[in-house]
Amino acid sequence: MTSQTTQNNVNPIKIAVLAMGGQGGGVLADWIVTMAENAGWWAQTTSVPGVAQRTGATIYYLELLPEQAVKEMGRQPALALMPTPGDVDLVIAAELMEGGRAIQRGLVTPDRTTLISSSHRAYAVLEKSAPGNGIVDGNKVIDIGKRAAKRFLCFDLQSLAEQGGSVISASLFGAVAGSGALPFSREDFEATIESGGKGVKASLKAFALAYDVAQNAPETPDAIDTAPPQRAVPDTAKHPRVKALLDDIRQNFAPAAQPMLVAGLQRTMEFQDLAYGKEYLEHMRGIHALDKQYGGEGKNWALTTAAARYVAVAMAYDDVIRVADLKTRASRFNRVRDEVRAKPDQLVYTTEYMHPRLEEICGTMPTFLGERIENSESLKRWLQPLFRKGRFLNSTSLTGFLMLYGLAGMRRFRRTTLRHKIEMQGFQEWLNLILQTAPNDYDLAVEIVNCRRLVKGYSDTHARGQSKYQKLIRAARNLSGQNNAAERLRTLRNAALADEKGSQLDALLEKGDQAFA
Amino acid sequence: MAERSFKKEVQQLRIGAGEEFRGEGILAVTKALLQSGVGYVAGYQGAPISHLMDVLADAQDILEELDVHFEASASEATAAATLSASVMYPIRGAVTWKSTVGTNVASDALANLASGGVTGGALVIVGEDYGEGSSIMQERTHAFAMKSQIWLLDPRPNLESMVQAVEDGFQLSEASNTPVILQLRIRTCHVHGRFITKENKRPAYTLSEALESPKRDTGRIVLPPAAYEHEHEKIRERWPAAVKFIKEKKLNEIFDEGDIKDLGIIVQGGLYNGAIRSLQLLGLADHFGNSRIPIYVMNVTYPVIDDEINEFCKDKKAVLLYEEGQPNYIEQNLNTILRHSGSNTIISGKDVLPIAGEYTTAVMRDGLQKFLTNQRPELLPTLEEKAPAASANGGNGQANGNGHDQADMEVAEVTRPKPAVKEQPIHFQSFSKEISQVVPPRPAGFCTGCPERPIFSALKLTQEKLGEHHISGDIGCHLFSVLPPFNLGATTMGYGLGAASSAAFNVKSSKRPISIMGDGGFWHNGLASGIGNAVFNKYDGVIVIIDNYYSAATGGQDVLSSRANNPNRSTNNPIIDAVKGVGVKWVRVIDRTYAVSKVQATFEDALTTEEGGPKVIILQSECMLNKQRRVKPQFNQAVKEGKRMVKERFGVDGDVCTGDHACIRLSGCPSLTIKDSDDPLKEDPVAYIDNTCVGCGNCGEVSHAAVLCPSFYRADIVHNPNKWDMFKSRVRQRVIGFLQSRRSRQLEQISL
Repeated sequence: MTSQTTQNNVNPIKIAVLAMGGQGGGVLADWIVTMAENAGWWAQTTSVPGVAQRTGATIYYLELLPEQAVKEMGRQPALALMPTPGDVDLVIAAELMEGGRAIQRGLVTPDRTTLISSSHRAYAVLEKSAPGNGIVDGNKVIDIGKRAAKRFLCFDLQSLAEQGGSVISASLFGAVAGSGALPFSREDFEATIESGGKGVKASLKAFALAYDVAQNAPETPDAIDTAPPQRAVPDTAKHPRVKALLDDIRQNFAPAAQPMLVAGLQRTMEFQDLAYGKEYLEHMRGIHALDKQYGGEGKNWALTTAAARYVAVAMAYDDVIRVADLKTRASRFNRVRDEVRAKPDQLVYTTEYMHPRLEEICGTMPTFLGERIENSESLKRWLQPLFRKGRFLNSTSLTGFLMLYGLAGMRRFRRTTLRHKIEMQGFQEWLNLILQTAPNDYDLAVEIVNCRRLVKGYSDTHARGQSKYQKLIRAARNLSGQNNAAERLRTLRNAALADEKGSQLDALLEKGDQAFA
Repeated sequence: MAERSFKKEVQQLRIGAGEEFRGEGILAVTKALLQSGVGYVAGYQGAPISHLMDVLADAQDILEELDVHFEASASEATAAATLSASVMYPIRGAVTWKSTVGTNVASDALANLASGGVTGGALVIVGEDYGEGSSIMQERTHAFAMKSQIWLLDPRPNLESMVQAVEDGFQLSEASNTPVILQLRIRTCHVHGRFITKENKRPAYTLSEALESPKRDTGRIVLPPAAYEHEHEKIRERWPAAVKFIKEKKLNEIFDEGDIKDLGIIVQGGLYNGAIRSLQLLGLADHFGNSRIPIYVMNVTYPVIDDEINEFCKDKKAVLLYEEGQPNYIEQNLNTILRHSGSNTIISGKDVLPIAGEYTTAVMRDGLQKFLTNQRPELLPTLEEKAPAASANGGNGQANGNGHDQADMEVAEVTRPKPAVKEQPIHFQSFSKEISQVVPPRPAGFCTGCPERPIFSALKLTQEKLGEHHISGDIGCHLFSVLPPFNLGATTMGYGLGAASSAAFNVKSSKRPISIMGDGGFWHNGLASGIGNAVFNKYDGVIVIIDNYYSAATGGQDVLSSRANNPNRSTNNPIIDAVKGVGVKWVRVIDRTYAVSKVQATFEDALTTEEGGPKVIILQSECMLNKQRRVKPQFNQAVKEGKRMVKERFGVDGDVCTGDHACIRLSGCPSLTIKDSDDPLKEDPVAYIDNTCVGCGNCGEVSHAAVLCPSFYRADIVHNPNKWDMFKSRVRQRVIGFLQSRRSRQLEQISL
């Protein structure tokens, strides 16, 4: 007897589940095993939990073989304990980048692999901690997935799970059922969930939602819409004087810049008052004229659009008055209730974590007073200890609310405060630089506008951003009149956003000193 | 209380003879111990055998019914020394731990145990944490077996073979008076499979019987001259006895029905399934282990049985050895055996396989392909036609989630089946490189609400103020501080050795060294090796002990200082008493680690104080994973009963947040994430706290301590509010509502 005649040609179904720790990848794997065993299959699963329990990425691997084949052979199968790249039939990923990781590991191949991936994102720590926008483009995974998999199902299984009041393992299970990738009936799947005995109703609901979506899944998954929603310019406004400003925008500014101008106008008016909004538009009128004069039309009004954003941000700087206003609004109270999912019969108390430093306090004082304290070492020494500790403020209690509300009401004195004076000085310098640069180097002027992105945050963070911003502005002045100035400034700005301390920016500046000289 | 409860699963331990057991490998091994009439079991938890310890702890009543004693040992050294009960008495004992780290700790006791030898069967079950997902250094247990002459079992990774190996191990140990190590790889421990059970057996001779009639034999004590004799005895008596037993009982398996008689494969038992898959992928085997090339499976990897090797290799041109890890002890051994017997058979091993790294199925297949190319290339399936999309540009060295580099994934030839065997055409990795640019790494990190996170936030802030310091890490959850976003800690020398590994830095400097250890490590050996050593040597550095009430990283088992009331153990023994007991003068205890500013101030105090001697800071807060498991059901129950309950969670005001993410860089909490701002004026995403938040308060405290920003808020959600609540709410609503609608009207006026 040669082994050739005894060899059995039945092939197991090979399944890899990629999940993050705590997502329930193990539950899903166990469900598949239970279902397969109940349906007369031989099932093996294994995993490497280890430290991956703690939020890391992990793989569960399963192989399924018809029990009949095992009976015929009269011996247990020798199934593999880990996936072989190129040899997997079904890959289930509980998050989009984990789907990407499956492709990266070679588990997804065009001739045979069905890839089912949730399209939702759980951002990796590197994406989250970037000082700017570190989010990876998920559409790249979808694009590659389309080519890498035989069949690719990709939709938001996390939100379907939440809709059903369950967790993602249930909706993943539903998607697997709906995809038809496994030779089991819907009843087999559902019976498995029922036999688990925990949260059955919610799991079945999430299962059903995902099942339907998977059944009707398109041939290839759609791209995720990552473009910011284009805001329409409203036709009219309630208040006649606001309407006049709106009409001004509609008539006198390029359409491309109008949505941003509307947002900017809204921000500046909310920040201070209608007159402040008007001031904003006057600044913008000047920039728009310049834009027109130096070829903005051919550049899609880049200068006006960029400035519409950052002039508003610079004018409506983040001070304690604005924070107090935002924290006390009715819409904010409702949003908090929504966010914490409070039920109508539950009360929600909100405690604010405020930490105003002496600088912030001085900033809200009239200029003469604020400056006096800031310039007096002895006064500072005496006052500083009062602001060393953070404050907890219950904004839902009467005292807490009234304090914040009163602070927000200081809006009317804002123009006389020290902070306003400082902000407006910097703003004016920046504006002048833009106005000076645009005639000579349009692109550089746009980049100078965008450098404002660095100015954000509060307290120490603000100071750090401010110092990076100052470095960029200095570099911009040096770059003026040089070749590729805009591009070089953009490189510097990206470097400034790349890390917290600005070491990349410093390194570049050091290297480039001669070039800028 | 362990992280995972096995209360339901352990009922399977009771099933009688002849029934089918279905479940996880580690549970099957527990059942096998009971079937073998084991008298006592001990061990120290750690992946992948934490479950074994947890299963035993949850099976306390079953063990008591059978008269089996179970201990959660203080360390692997304790566990190994526990086996000394089998030296003089015919009692079967089993101990377990994570290898190789645990075997390192245990090896003093193991060496002594092996020297004197045993009477009752002594089995060491090691969970081999090697390869992908491993959290420890990559070494081989094999070396320990060789140096102490302990027999090493490495069974095929199916439940039947593993269960059989337990029984065989005890018998082998008794037949040769030698302890035996049963090595189980990590995937094997967690594999789901089945086997037919036998009846549980009570120990033939019990521990109490032994205590009642004590025995001693100076010939078994490791002391000269007996110790000199032991070495000879090992070779003269125990080795031949073992070889005889292994041969007679056929512990190693030969599958030689294959038609390719001039080649062979020798494989460590644990790699058998991978070897079969590698053969199958080249069309030379099916999924049931029917292979065209004969296979010799070493279920016993030490000692190697010379006769069996000679017999298997006889008339073979070449044999491929699958031996994972390095050095290649078995390969060297095989070559010695064959040269001594004058055989010409070629042993191919690390010449066609990678010297180091995990033997994945892909690696094994590639090795086999090279082997066949060298020996019998005509056996390789040939390429008959171009397979579709066979774009074979090997993407190698890609990083997976755990930061491991995948071993070289060489391109496999696209192959077509030989008659009768179906071969899988393999298309390789054409997208690997492309997607590597996209997919971010996803390292493990602290859980949501982990009480250790604020400690490292505070340490980061301390360093921002006082400059960078040398920080020695330890083993445990706290080692995640090494990873982003904290990036703290320079070394990790072993469990409980955090303080000890700073010992050399006991010199004058403007900056004191900082060492960190957990409560698990502290009780494992840190008290003596770290604290005691520091007191004795007048060490001037700072030692941080993180007391989270559990041995958390291994799955939340109790330790001496745990707060739980454990009916079988003595808990609630405070660390501070132990620290003071060995003579530490400067000790600070903070019983809420989330107080970031306070922790930071304490760090600064410890780093700058004039006082000499070790500065010990004990930071206490319960492991959040375990706390949630404990508290959540209680909370839900109370709410159900209509009690007034307050749930805390945190939030971020997206319109206040400016999208700088400094808070994330100081926290890294999974529930603290980012989202689109919905504000056209903000280019960067804003911080956002999702619904997994457990309300630990770390983000608020961090924003206070670091003076970050006022966007954080804590929401207290009052379930079942009482009358006083409702009254207050009405009054507030009246005033607040009035003012809010006033502001709303103003805003409406200027709205666009």
